[in-house]
Amino acid sequence: MNSQSTPDRRRHILDLDDWSAEELRTVLTIGTQMKDVLARPVKQVPTLRGKIVVNMFWEDSTRTRVSFELAAKALSANVLTVGAKDTSVKKGESLVDTVRTVQALGADYIVLRHPHSGAPYLVTQHFRGSVINAGDGRHAHPSQALLDLFTMHEQLGELADKKIVIVGDVLHSRVARSNLWALTTMGAKVTLCAPPTLIGPASYWKATWPNVTISHNLDHAAEGADVLMALRLQHERMEGGLLPSLREYTRRFGLNAARVALASPNVLVMHPGPMNEGVEITPDVATGPRSVIETQVTNGVAMRMAMLYQLAGVN
Amino acid sequence: MSPKQLMSEDEIRRALTRVAHEIVERNDGAGKVSLVGIHRRGVPLAQRLATIIGESENVTVPVGELDIGLYRDDLHSRGPAPLLGRTLLPAIDGRIVVLVDDVFYTGRTIRAALNELSDWGRPIAIQLAVLVDRGHRELPIRADFVGKNIPTALSERVNVVLNEVDQADDGVWIVQGA
Repeated sequence: MNSQSTPDRRRHILDLDDWSAEELRTVLTIGTQMKDVLARPVKQVPTLRGKIVVNMFWEDSTRTRVSFELAAKALSANVLTVGAKDTSVKKGESLVDTVRTVQALGADYIVLRHPHSGAPYLVTQHFRGSVINAGDGRHAHPSQALLDLFTMHEQLGELADKKIVIVGDVLHSRVARSNLWALTTMGAKVTLCAPPTLIGPASYWKATWPNVTISHNLDHAAEGADVLMALRLQHERMEGGLLPSLREYTRRFGLNAARVALASPNVLVMHPGPMNEGVEITPDVATGPRSVIETQVTNGVAMRMAMLYQLAGVN
Repeated sequence: MSPKQLMSEDEIRRALTRVAHEIVERNDGAGKVSLVGIHRRGVPLAQRLATIIGESENVTVPVGELDIGLYRDDLHSRGPAPLLGRTLLPAIDGRIVVLVDDVFYTGRTIRAALNELSDWGRPIAIQLAVLVDRGHRELPIRADFVGKNIPTALSERVNVVLNEVDQADDGVWIVQGA
């Protein structure tokens, strides 16, 4: 979908489907330097001084929105955040109208969170600056996947042949899809684990990611895993009849201490947040010694700085 | 036109030895001096100067490294953002910081380095040591210590080769075509 396929011409970050391993390594290196910036006496550099970043969040979010705000501020950009509720969207303004307005006000970057898959691609056709996808429908969430990749790389080193298990509602998950692109490009072995209703047929996944493993049994999947990543279980999945009961889901697919014990002794427990503690992950595992869930949040700011920086030269 | 050599390995070594002694002489010893190399080739130069000063003065001179990428004034006109190096500084409050770079040209790199240093702390003084001064300043900045002054045309490029970075014999070359 992204027409700017070469790194030299990349103007937007919409998905990781066309990123090479080399590009991923570059952004990881830049992320390391950005993380250092956040540990300096003055946690701010003048890199994007005078630039305007507009966060357009047409869907609720805490950490992604706050993280992009902090990232833009750490780079000295002017940042403002608008949501569908506090704009003329309520009066019927279309996404494209809002984009034109934001452009006329001088925005250099739009960071878009939108419930509809593909919305950021539409925005690129009406905006002269750079667009960063902060999550669109069930399609992509590149900044989450990059911060996940950074966290894994920071803790585990090279990811080739590492066993990464993503458990939960992968069928509806943009986090899972963007992670699949990044992780398979880096040579990791990814297992998706979920009940059949939340994963669909294996052929659907293998058509795009031939080496992915599909599992319906977390006890098998967790064996020897280097990463156990739980996804948020959205409550509407229950109402949609995709799950018999939350309790059954938790029993078969929840991350608990017994399942962490099946994994590698150095396993990383991850979750993109927000967590339903007691549903997809038990509280003791979420805050336990193998959990890097808080590190993911910290790294999120650094990686979003890296993303904004990478687009600076073309903006 | 083929590259012309302006400094050999020996000349670089002698120039650095002289600069090291000038730094000590100017600052009444090396007790307060910290060296900060600017990425990339300023970093090994700072380490070499620290070694020379350390041997002659019997002190350990703190060495840091600075990447000015986030402080550039031309980021938005350069195309894709360049890769960043590590910035790792010793304590600079109350120290005499000597910035070290390989080629001194427009002065814009040094301007960025000065801004970055002031976000890190408040040194007693900041001085500048360079291996080569090729002229063509665009800012009112001068070097305190110069290995060699080399008049150049704008169309020329000065290439510094250092063993630590380039895995080749040291040398300074001038090449046609900027």
